[in-house]
Amino acid sequence: MSTPELEVQTHPIATRITHWLMALSIVILIGSGWRIYNASPIFGFTFPEAITLGGDVEQALALHNDPGVASAIGWHFAAMWLLAFSYLGFMLWNIFSGHFWRDFLPVGPVSFWRDFVAAATFKLQHRLGEYNVVQRVAYWGALGAVAMMLLSGIAIWKPVQTYPLETLFGGFQGARIVHFIFMTAIALFIVIHVALVILVPKTFVAMTLGRATAKSHKGDV
Amino acid sequence: MDLERRRLFGGGLSLGALTMLTGCDISDHDSVQRALALVSRFNDRVQAAIFGPNKLAPTFSEAEAVKDFRYNAWYGPEKSPVLTSADYRLMLAGQIKDKTPWTVEKLYSLPQVTQITRHVCVEGWNMIGKWTGTPLGVFLNQIGADTTAKYVGFECADGYYEGIDMATAMHPQTLMAFKLSDNILPTRHGYPFKLRIPTKLGFKNPKFVTTIYVTNQQPKGFWTDRGYNWFSGI
Repeated sequence: MSTPELEVQTHPIATRITHWLMALSIVILIGSGWRIYNASPIFGFTFPEAITLGGDVEQALALHNDPGVASAIGWHFAAMWLLAFSYLGFMLWNIFSGHFWRDFLPVGPVSFWRDFVAAATFKLQHRLGEYNVVQRVAYWGALGAVAMMLLSGIAIWKPVQTYPLETLFGGFQGARIVHFIFMTAIALFIVIHVALVILVPKTFVAMTLGRATAKSHKGDV
Repeated sequence: MDLERRRLFGGGLSLGALTMLTGCDISDHDSVQRALALVSRFNDRVQAAIFGPNKLAPTFSEAEAVKDFRYNAWYGPEKSPVLTSADYRLMLAGQIKDKTPWTVEKLYSLPQVTQITRHVCVEGWNMIGKWTGTPLGVFLNQIGADTTAKYVGFECADGYYEGIDMATAMHPQTLMAFKLSDNILPTRHGYPFKLRIPTKLGFKNPKFVTTIYVTNQQPKGFWTDRGYNWFSGI
Protein backbone atom coordinates (compact mmCIF):
# COMPACT_ATOMS: atom_id res chain seq x y z
CA MET A 1 0.00 0.00 0.00
CA SER A 2 1.33 3.40 -0.98
CA THR A 3 1.57 6.23 1.48
CA PRO A 4 -1.37 8.65 1.05
CA GLU A 5 -0.37 11.79 -0.77
CA LEU A 6 -2.07 15.10 -0.25
CA GLU A 7 -3.86 16.47 -3.31
CA VAL A 8 -4.01 20.24 -3.42
CA GLN A 9 -6.08 22.51 -5.59
CA THR A 10 -5.50 26.25 -5.59
CA HIS A 11 -7.16 29.01 -7.59
CA PRO A 12 -5.71 32.50 -7.59
CA ILE A 13 -8.05 35.39 -6.75
CA ALA A 14 -8.18 36.58 -10.39
CA THR A 15 -9.43 33.18 -11.53
CA ARG A 16 -12.02 33.00 -8.77
CA ILE A 17 -13.42 36.49 -9.34
CA THR A 18 -13.64 36.14 -13.12
CA HIS A 19 -15.06 32.59 -12.79
CA TRP A 20 -17.89 33.71 -10.53
CA LEU A 21 -18.61 36.86 -12.53
CA MET A 22 -18.85 34.72 -15.68
CA ALA A 23 -21.14 32.29 -13.84
CA LEU A 24 -23.43 35.10 -12.62
CA SER A 25 -23.58 36.82 -16.00
CA ILE A 26 -24.25 33.55 -17.84
CA VAL A 27 -27.16 32.72 -15.54
CA ILE A 28 -28.64 36.19 -16.14
CA LEU A 29 -28.01 35.98 -19.89
CA ILE A 30 -29.62 32.55 -20.25
CA GLY A 31 -32.66 33.49 -18.16
CA SER A 32 -33.27 36.77 -19.96
CA GLY A 33 -32.36 35.19 -23.30
CA TRP A 34 -35.11 32.61 -22.87
CA ARG A 35 -37.61 35.42 -22.26
CA ILE A 36 -36.44 37.24 -25.39
CA TYR A 37 -36.56 33.98 -27.38
CA ASN A 38 -40.20 33.50 -26.30
CA ALA A 39 -41.17 36.80 -27.97
CA SER A 40 -40.34 35.30 -31.37
CA PRO A 41 -39.52 31.58 -31.04
CA ILE A 42 -37.13 30.10 -33.59
CA PHE A 43 -38.29 26.55 -32.97
CA GLY A 44 -41.70 25.12 -32.16
CA PHE A 45 -41.55 25.67 -28.42
CA THR A 46 -41.20 28.37 -25.77
CA PHE A 47 -39.55 28.32 -22.35
CA PRO A 48 -41.81 28.17 -19.28
CA GLU A 49 -42.19 31.72 -18.07
CA ALA A 50 -41.25 30.81 -14.50
CA ILE A 51 -37.66 29.93 -15.50
CA THR A 52 -37.15 33.09 -17.56
CA LEU A 53 -35.84 36.39 -16.24
CA GLY A 54 -37.44 39.81 -16.74
CA GLY A 55 -40.07 40.52 -14.13
CA ASP A 56 -43.74 39.72 -14.02
CA VAL A 57 -45.25 39.16 -17.48
CA GLU A 58 -48.88 39.74 -16.46
CA GLN A 59 -47.93 43.03 -14.82
CA ALA A 60 -45.99 44.20 -17.88
CA LEU A 61 -48.88 43.24 -20.16
CA ALA A 62 -51.40 45.03 -17.97
CA LEU A 63 -49.24 48.14 -17.64
CA HIS A 64 -48.22 48.63 -21.23
CA ASN A 65 -48.92 45.67 -23.45
CA ASP A 66 -45.35 44.43 -23.33
CA PRO A 67 -44.82 40.71 -22.62
CA GLY A 68 -41.97 41.44 -20.19
CA VAL A 69 -39.42 41.65 -22.99
CA ALA A 70 -38.26 45.21 -22.23
CA SER A 71 -36.98 44.20 -18.82
CA ALA A 72 -35.43 40.98 -20.17
CA ILE A 73 -33.52 42.99 -22.78
CA GLY A 74 -32.42 45.36 -20.03
CA TRP A 75 -30.95 42.42 -18.11
CA HIS A 76 -29.43 40.90 -21.24
CA PHE A 77 -27.71 44.09 -22.40
CA ALA A 78 -26.35 44.74 -18.90
CA ALA A 79 -25.06 41.21 -18.28
CA MET A 80 -23.43 41.08 -21.73
CA TRP A 81 -20.85 43.63 -20.55
CA LEU A 82 -20.23 41.67 -17.37
CA LEU A 83 -19.66 38.48 -19.37
CA ALA A 84 -17.52 40.17 -22.04
CA PHE A 85 -15.19 41.76 -19.45
CA SER A 86 -14.99 38.80 -17.07
CA TYR A 87 -14.39 36.43 -19.99
CA LEU A 88 -11.67 38.69 -21.38
CA GLY A 89 -10.14 38.94 -17.90
CA PHE A 90 -10.30 35.17 -17.39
CA MET A 91 -8.71 34.43 -20.77
CA LEU A 92 -5.92 37.01 -20.45
CA TRP A 93 -5.15 35.99 -16.88
CA ASN A 94 -4.94 32.29 -17.69
CA ILE A 95 -2.92 32.84 -20.86
CA PHE A 96 -0.33 34.95 -19.06
CA SER A 97 -0.30 33.05 -15.77
CA GLY A 98 0.38 29.83 -17.66
CA HIS A 99 -2.62 27.99 -16.18
CA PHE A 100 -3.92 27.13 -19.66
CA TRP A 101 -0.61 25.69 -20.85
CA ARG A 102 0.19 23.96 -17.58
CA ASP A 103 -3.16 22.37 -16.76
CA PHE A 104 -5.41 22.43 -19.85
CA LEU A 105 -2.89 21.13 -22.37
CA PRO A 106 -2.02 18.85 -24.00
CA VAL A 107 -5.19 17.36 -25.37
CA GLY A 108 -5.05 14.69 -28.04
CA PRO A 109 -7.53 12.27 -29.58
CA VAL A 110 -5.84 9.19 -28.11
CA SER A 111 -5.67 10.50 -24.54
CA PHE A 112 -9.18 11.94 -24.86
CA TRP A 113 -10.54 8.57 -25.93
CA ARG A 114 -8.69 6.81 -23.10
CA ASP A 115 -10.12 9.19 -20.46
CA PHE A 116 -13.53 9.24 -22.12
CA VAL A 117 -13.83 5.43 -21.97
CA ALA A 118 -12.60 5.49 -18.38
CA ALA A 119 -15.17 8.15 -17.48
CA ALA A 120 -17.98 6.33 -19.29
CA THR A 121 -17.23 3.15 -17.36
CA PHE A 122 -16.86 5.07 -14.08
CA LYS A 123 -13.21 4.14 -13.78
CA LEU A 124 -11.85 7.66 -14.10
CA GLN A 125 -10.51 9.02 -10.84
CA HIS A 126 -10.93 12.64 -10.00
CA ARG A 127 -7.75 14.00 -8.57
CA LEU A 128 -8.07 17.41 -7.01
CA GLY A 129 -5.93 19.93 -8.87
CA GLU A 130 -5.49 17.72 -11.91
CA TYR A 131 -7.53 17.87 -15.07
CA ASN A 132 -8.14 14.74 -17.10
CA VAL A 133 -8.40 15.05 -20.85
CA VAL A 134 -12.21 14.89 -20.92
CA GLN A 135 -12.29 17.78 -18.46
CA ARG A 136 -9.74 19.75 -20.45
CA VAL A 137 -11.75 19.33 -23.64
CA ALA A 138 -14.95 20.30 -21.81
CA TYR A 139 -13.34 23.50 -20.51
CA TRP A 140 -11.95 24.42 -23.92
CA GLY A 141 -15.38 23.69 -25.38
CA ALA A 142 -17.17 25.90 -22.84
CA LEU A 143 -14.68 28.73 -23.34
CA GLY A 144 -15.05 28.38 -27.11
CA ALA A 145 -18.84 28.35 -26.78
CA VAL A 146 -18.72 31.64 -24.83
CA ALA A 147 -16.61 33.14 -27.63
CA MET A 148 -19.20 31.99 -30.16
CA MET A 149 -21.99 33.47 -28.00
CA LEU A 150 -20.23 36.83 -27.90
CA LEU A 151 -19.57 36.78 -31.65
CA SER A 152 -23.07 35.67 -32.68
CA GLY A 153 -24.51 38.04 -30.06
CA ILE A 154 -22.68 40.98 -31.63
CA ALA A 155 -24.04 39.93 -35.04
CA ILE A 156 -27.60 39.95 -33.64
CA TRP A 157 -27.17 43.19 -31.66
CA LYS A 158 -25.49 45.10 -34.50
CA PRO A 159 -26.32 43.35 -37.79
CA VAL A 160 -25.87 46.58 -39.78
CA GLN A 161 -22.80 48.10 -38.10
CA THR A 162 -20.95 44.76 -38.15
CA TYR A 163 -22.23 43.62 -41.55
CA PRO A 164 -21.13 41.20 -43.09
CA LEU A 165 -20.36 39.46 -39.76
CA GLU A 166 -23.80 37.80 -39.80
CA THR A 167 -23.01 36.03 -43.09
CA LEU A 168 -20.53 33.87 -41.11
CA PHE A 169 -23.59 32.41 -39.42
CA GLY A 170 -25.74 32.23 -42.53
CA GLY A 171 -27.49 35.57 -42.06
CA PHE A 172 -29.35 37.30 -39.24
CA GLN A 173 -31.67 34.37 -38.49
CA GLY A 174 -28.69 32.03 -38.80
CA ALA A 175 -26.91 34.07 -36.11
CA ARG A 176 -29.95 33.62 -33.85
CA ILE A 177 -29.80 29.85 -34.39
CA VAL A 178 -26.05 29.75 -33.69
CA HIS A 179 -26.67 31.85 -30.55
CA PHE A 180 -29.29 29.31 -29.49
CA ILE A 181 -27.10 26.26 -30.20
CA PHE A 182 -24.14 27.54 -28.18
CA MET A 183 -26.51 28.61 -25.39
CA THR A 184 -27.66 24.99 -25.28
CA ALA A 185 -24.06 23.77 -25.22
CA ILE A 186 -23.24 26.10 -22.32
CA ALA A 187 -26.39 25.07 -20.46
CA LEU A 188 -25.39 21.40 -20.85
CA PHE A 189 -21.86 22.20 -19.70
CA ILE A 190 -23.27 23.92 -16.60
CA VAL A 191 -25.46 20.91 -15.75
CA ILE A 192 -22.52 18.49 -15.98
CA HIS A 193 -20.12 20.94 -14.33
CA VAL A 194 -22.43 21.48 -11.35
CA ALA A 195 -23.21 17.74 -11.08
CA LEU A 196 -19.49 16.94 -10.88
CA VAL A 197 -18.93 19.72 -8.34
CA ILE A 198 -21.64 18.12 -6.19
CA LEU A 199 -19.75 14.80 -6.51
CA VAL A 200 -16.45 16.46 -5.55
CA PRO A 201 -17.47 19.41 -3.33
CA LYS A 202 -13.86 20.31 -2.54
CA THR A 203 -13.58 21.85 -6.02
CA PHE A 204 -16.26 24.33 -4.95
CA VAL A 205 -14.23 25.15 -1.86
CA ALA A 206 -11.15 25.72 -3.98
CA MET A 207 -12.97 27.93 -6.49
CA THR A 208 -14.50 29.98 -3.68
CA LEU A 209 -11.86 30.15 -0.93
CA GLY A 210 -8.83 29.59 -3.13
CA ARG A 211 -7.49 26.34 -1.74
CA ALA A 212 -8.67 22.84 -0.93
CA THR A 213 -6.90 19.63 -0.04
CA ALA A 214 -7.84 15.98 -0.15
CA LYS A 215 -6.20 12.67 0.57
CA SER A 216 -5.05 10.98 -2.57
CA HIS A 217 -7.12 8.14 -3.99
CA LYS A 218 -4.25 6.90 -6.12
CA GLY A 219 -3.65 3.91 -3.96
CA ASP A 220 -7.28 2.88 -3.81
CA VAL A 221 -7.73 1.50 -7.31
CA MET B 1 -48.65 69.18 15.33
CA ASP B 2 -50.91 68.76 12.36
CA LEU B 3 -48.70 71.03 10.34
CA GLU B 4 -45.63 69.04 11.31
CA ARG B 5 -47.23 65.82 10.18
CA ARG B 6 -48.27 67.26 6.91
CA ARG B 7 -44.77 68.48 6.27
CA LEU B 8 -43.40 65.03 7.05
CA PHE B 9 -45.72 63.15 4.74
CA GLY B 10 -46.07 65.83 2.10
CA GLY B 11 -42.43 66.47 1.45
CA GLY B 12 -40.08 64.37 3.48
CA LEU B 13 -41.14 60.87 2.63
CA SER B 14 -40.96 59.64 -0.91
CA LEU B 15 -42.97 56.72 -2.15
CA GLY B 16 -39.78 54.70 -2.32
CA ALA B 17 -39.02 55.41 1.32
CA LEU B 18 -42.54 54.38 2.27
CA THR B 19 -42.33 51.06 0.50
CA MET B 20 -38.95 50.48 2.13
CA LEU B 21 -40.46 51.16 5.54
CA THR B 22 -43.19 48.66 4.90
CA GLY B 23 -40.63 46.11 3.79
CA CYS B 24 -42.23 45.71 0.41
CA ASP B 25 -39.90 44.32 -2.23
CA ILE B 26 -41.20 46.79 -4.84
CA SER B 27 -38.40 49.15 -3.82
CA ASP B 28 -35.84 46.44 -4.53
CA HIS B 29 -37.49 45.89 -7.83
CA ASP B 30 -37.40 49.62 -8.56
CA SER B 31 -33.73 49.94 -7.67
CA VAL B 32 -32.94 47.04 -9.98
CA GLN B 33 -34.93 48.75 -12.73
CA ARG B 34 -33.05 51.99 -12.08
CA ALA B 35 -29.72 50.19 -12.34
CA LEU B 36 -30.76 48.56 -15.61
CA ALA B 37 -31.90 51.96 -16.92
CA LEU B 38 -28.47 53.40 -16.08
CA VAL B 39 -26.76 50.65 -18.07
CA SER B 40 -29.24 51.28 -20.89
CA ARG B 41 -28.15 54.94 -21.04
CA PHE B 42 -24.52 53.79 -21.11
CA ASN B 43 -25.49 51.49 -23.99
CA ASP B 44 -26.99 54.53 -25.79
CA ARG B 45 -23.61 56.25 -25.68
CA VAL B 46 -21.75 53.13 -26.84
CA GLN B 47 -24.15 52.71 -29.76
CA ALA B 48 -23.90 56.37 -30.78
CA ALA B 49 -20.10 55.97 -30.76
CA ILE B 50 -20.05 52.89 -32.98
CA PHE B 51 -22.74 54.20 -35.35
CA GLY B 52 -21.22 54.78 -38.78
CA PRO B 53 -22.93 57.83 -40.34
CA ASN B 54 -22.04 56.55 -43.79
CA LYS B 55 -22.11 52.81 -43.10
CA LEU B 56 -24.92 51.50 -45.29
CA ALA B 57 -27.36 48.84 -44.18
CA PRO B 58 -27.33 45.82 -46.51
CA THR B 59 -29.72 46.05 -49.45
CA PHE B 60 -31.45 43.13 -51.06
CA SER B 61 -32.81 42.01 -54.40
CA GLU B 62 -36.32 42.67 -55.66
CA ALA B 63 -37.07 38.93 -55.35
CA GLU B 64 -36.23 38.97 -51.63
CA ALA B 65 -38.66 41.81 -50.87
CA VAL B 66 -41.87 40.68 -49.16
CA LYS B 67 -45.00 41.96 -50.93
CA ASP B 68 -47.42 41.32 -48.07
CA PHE B 69 -45.44 43.14 -45.42
CA ARG B 70 -46.21 42.18 -41.82
CA TYR B 71 -48.49 44.50 -39.87
CA ASN B 72 -47.15 45.31 -36.43
CA ALA B 73 -48.49 47.54 -33.64
CA TRP B 74 -49.92 47.26 -30.13
CA TYR B 75 -53.41 47.62 -31.64
CA GLY B 76 -55.11 45.79 -34.52
CA PRO B 77 -54.88 47.07 -38.10
CA GLU B 78 -58.61 47.91 -38.10
CA LYS B 79 -57.86 50.57 -35.47
CA SER B 80 -55.26 52.32 -37.63
CA PRO B 81 -55.98 56.05 -37.89
CA VAL B 82 -57.35 56.91 -41.32
CA LEU B 83 -55.67 60.08 -42.55
CA THR B 84 -56.85 61.74 -45.77
CA SER B 85 -54.84 63.87 -48.16
CA ALA B 86 -57.53 66.58 -47.89
CA ASP B 87 -57.14 67.02 -44.13
CA TYR B 88 -53.61 65.88 -43.43
CA ARG B 89 -50.89 68.40 -42.66
CA LEU B 90 -47.36 67.59 -41.55
CA MET B 91 -46.52 70.08 -38.79
CA LEU B 92 -42.96 71.22 -38.14
CA ALA B 93 -41.66 72.43 -34.81
CA GLY B 94 -38.49 73.21 -32.87
CA GLN B 95 -35.22 74.33 -34.44
CA ILE B 96 -36.53 74.64 -38.00
CA LYS B 97 -36.52 77.87 -40.09
CA ASP B 98 -39.52 77.22 -42.32
CA LYS B 99 -42.31 75.70 -40.27
CA THR B 100 -44.97 75.89 -42.99
CA PRO B 101 -47.14 72.75 -42.72
CA TRP B 102 -46.82 70.29 -45.59
CA THR B 103 -49.68 68.72 -47.52
CA VAL B 104 -49.54 65.14 -48.79
CA GLU B 105 -49.36 66.42 -52.36
CA LYS B 106 -46.35 68.59 -51.59
CA LEU B 107 -44.63 65.78 -49.69
CA TYR B 108 -45.18 63.32 -52.52
CA SER B 109 -43.65 65.78 -55.02
CA LEU B 110 -40.29 65.62 -53.22
CA PRO B 111 -37.41 63.82 -54.99
CA GLN B 112 -37.52 60.13 -54.08
CA VAL B 113 -35.30 57.08 -53.94
CA THR B 114 -36.15 53.38 -53.71
CA GLN B 115 -34.36 50.96 -51.45
CA ILE B 116 -34.88 47.32 -50.49
CA THR B 117 -33.87 46.97 -46.87
CA ARG B 118 -34.47 44.77 -43.90
CA HIS B 119 -36.75 45.58 -40.99
CA VAL B 120 -35.38 43.99 -37.80
CA CYS B 121 -37.79 43.70 -34.88
CA VAL B 122 -36.62 43.85 -31.27
CA GLU B 123 -38.42 40.51 -30.80
CA GLY B 124 -36.04 38.84 -33.24
CA TRP B 125 -37.96 38.48 -36.50
CA ASN B 126 -36.98 40.33 -39.63
CA MET B 127 -38.57 41.15 -42.97
CA ILE B 128 -37.28 42.65 -46.19
CA GLY B 129 -39.36 45.36 -47.86
CA LYS B 130 -39.14 47.68 -50.84
CA TRP B 131 -39.50 51.28 -49.74
CA THR B 132 -39.70 54.49 -51.76
CA GLY B 133 -39.46 57.97 -50.37
CA THR B 134 -37.38 61.04 -49.60
CA PRO B 135 -34.26 60.86 -47.46
CA LEU B 136 -35.12 62.62 -44.19
CA GLY B 137 -31.79 64.49 -44.39
CA VAL B 138 -32.80 66.02 -47.74
CA PHE B 139 -36.11 67.13 -46.26
CA LEU B 140 -34.47 68.53 -43.11
CA ASN B 141 -32.08 70.60 -45.23
CA GLN B 142 -34.94 71.85 -47.40
CA ILE B 143 -36.96 73.14 -44.43
CA GLY B 144 -33.93 74.78 -42.87
CA ALA B 145 -33.64 72.46 -39.91
CA ASP B 146 -30.74 73.08 -37.54
CA THR B 147 -28.83 69.88 -38.26
CA THR B 148 -26.30 70.74 -35.56
CA ALA B 149 -29.07 70.00 -33.04
CA LYS B 150 -28.90 66.61 -31.36
CA TYR B 151 -32.26 65.00 -32.08
CA VAL B 152 -35.23 64.75 -34.40
CA GLY B 153 -38.56 63.84 -32.81
CA PHE B 154 -41.82 62.50 -34.28
CA GLU B 155 -45.42 62.60 -33.17
CA CYS B 156 -47.96 60.33 -34.78
CA ALA B 157 -51.70 60.19 -35.39
CA ASP B 158 -52.04 56.90 -33.45
CA GLY B 159 -50.59 58.39 -30.28
CA TYR B 160 -47.15 56.99 -30.99
CA TYR B 161 -44.09 59.12 -30.45
CA GLU B 162 -40.43 58.51 -31.19
CA GLY B 163 -37.14 60.28 -31.62
CA ILE B 164 -33.75 59.61 -33.15
CA ASP B 165 -30.24 61.06 -33.00
CA MET B 166 -29.28 63.58 -35.69
CA ALA B 167 -26.59 61.29 -37.15
CA THR B 168 -29.24 58.68 -37.90
CA ALA B 169 -31.67 61.34 -39.18
CA MET B 170 -29.04 62.47 -41.72
CA HIS B 171 -28.09 58.90 -42.71
CA PRO B 172 -28.61 58.46 -46.48
CA GLN B 173 -30.89 55.43 -45.99
CA THR B 174 -33.21 57.10 -43.46
CA LEU B 175 -36.34 57.70 -45.51
CA MET B 176 -39.70 59.35 -45.21
CA ALA B 177 -41.26 56.35 -46.94
CA PHE B 178 -44.27 57.14 -49.12
CA LYS B 179 -44.48 53.80 -50.90
CA LEU B 180 -44.22 50.15 -49.97
CA SER B 181 -43.74 47.64 -52.82
CA ASP B 182 -44.30 50.45 -55.39
CA ASN B 183 -47.75 51.29 -53.98
CA ILE B 184 -48.77 54.31 -51.93
CA LEU B 185 -48.33 53.36 -48.28
CA PRO B 186 -51.54 51.60 -47.14
CA THR B 187 -53.31 52.99 -44.07
CA ARG B 188 -52.23 50.14 -41.80
CA HIS B 189 -48.56 50.81 -42.64
CA GLY B 190 -48.85 54.51 -41.79
CA TYR B 191 -50.32 56.57 -44.63
CA PRO B 192 -49.31 59.17 -45.65
CA PHE B 193 -45.80 58.22 -44.59
CA LYS B 194 -43.68 56.33 -42.12
CA LEU B 195 -40.07 56.70 -41.14
CA ARG B 196 -38.04 53.88 -42.61
CA ILE B 197 -34.73 53.60 -40.78
CA PRO B 198 -32.80 50.43 -41.69
CA THR B 199 -30.12 51.24 -39.08
CA LYS B 200 -32.66 51.09 -36.23
CA LEU B 201 -34.89 48.42 -34.72
CA GLY B 202 -38.42 48.31 -36.10
CA PHE B 203 -40.06 50.23 -33.26
CA LYS B 204 -37.88 53.27 -34.10
CA ASN B 205 -39.74 53.48 -37.46
CA PRO B 206 -42.85 55.54 -36.59
CA LYS B 207 -45.95 55.49 -38.80
CA PHE B 208 -48.69 58.14 -39.39
CA VAL B 209 -46.18 60.92 -38.65
CA THR B 210 -48.00 64.22 -38.06
CA THR B 211 -45.24 66.33 -36.49
CA ILE B 212 -41.49 66.46 -37.00
CA TYR B 213 -39.47 68.53 -34.56
CA VAL B 214 -35.78 69.30 -34.11
CA THR B 215 -34.45 69.61 -30.58
CA ASN B 216 -31.50 69.26 -28.24
CA GLN B 217 -33.64 67.50 -25.64
CA GLN B 218 -33.74 63.75 -26.11
CA PRO B 219 -37.28 62.97 -27.35
CA LYS B 220 -39.22 60.32 -25.52
CA GLY B 221 -40.34 57.17 -27.27
CA PHE B 222 -43.48 55.08 -26.83
CA TRP B 223 -41.57 51.85 -26.26
CA THR B 224 -38.54 53.40 -24.58
CA ASP B 225 -40.98 54.77 -21.98
CA ARG B 226 -41.90 51.10 -21.50
CA GLY B 227 -38.34 50.05 -20.78
CA TYR B 228 -36.75 49.49 -24.19
CA ASN B 229 -33.33 50.91 -24.98
CA TRP B 230 -33.51 54.43 -26.43
CA PHE B 231 -30.86 54.36 -29.17
CA SER B 232 -31.82 50.87 -30.42
CA GLY B 233 -29.45 51.01 -33.37
CA ILE B 234 -28.61 47.84 -35.23
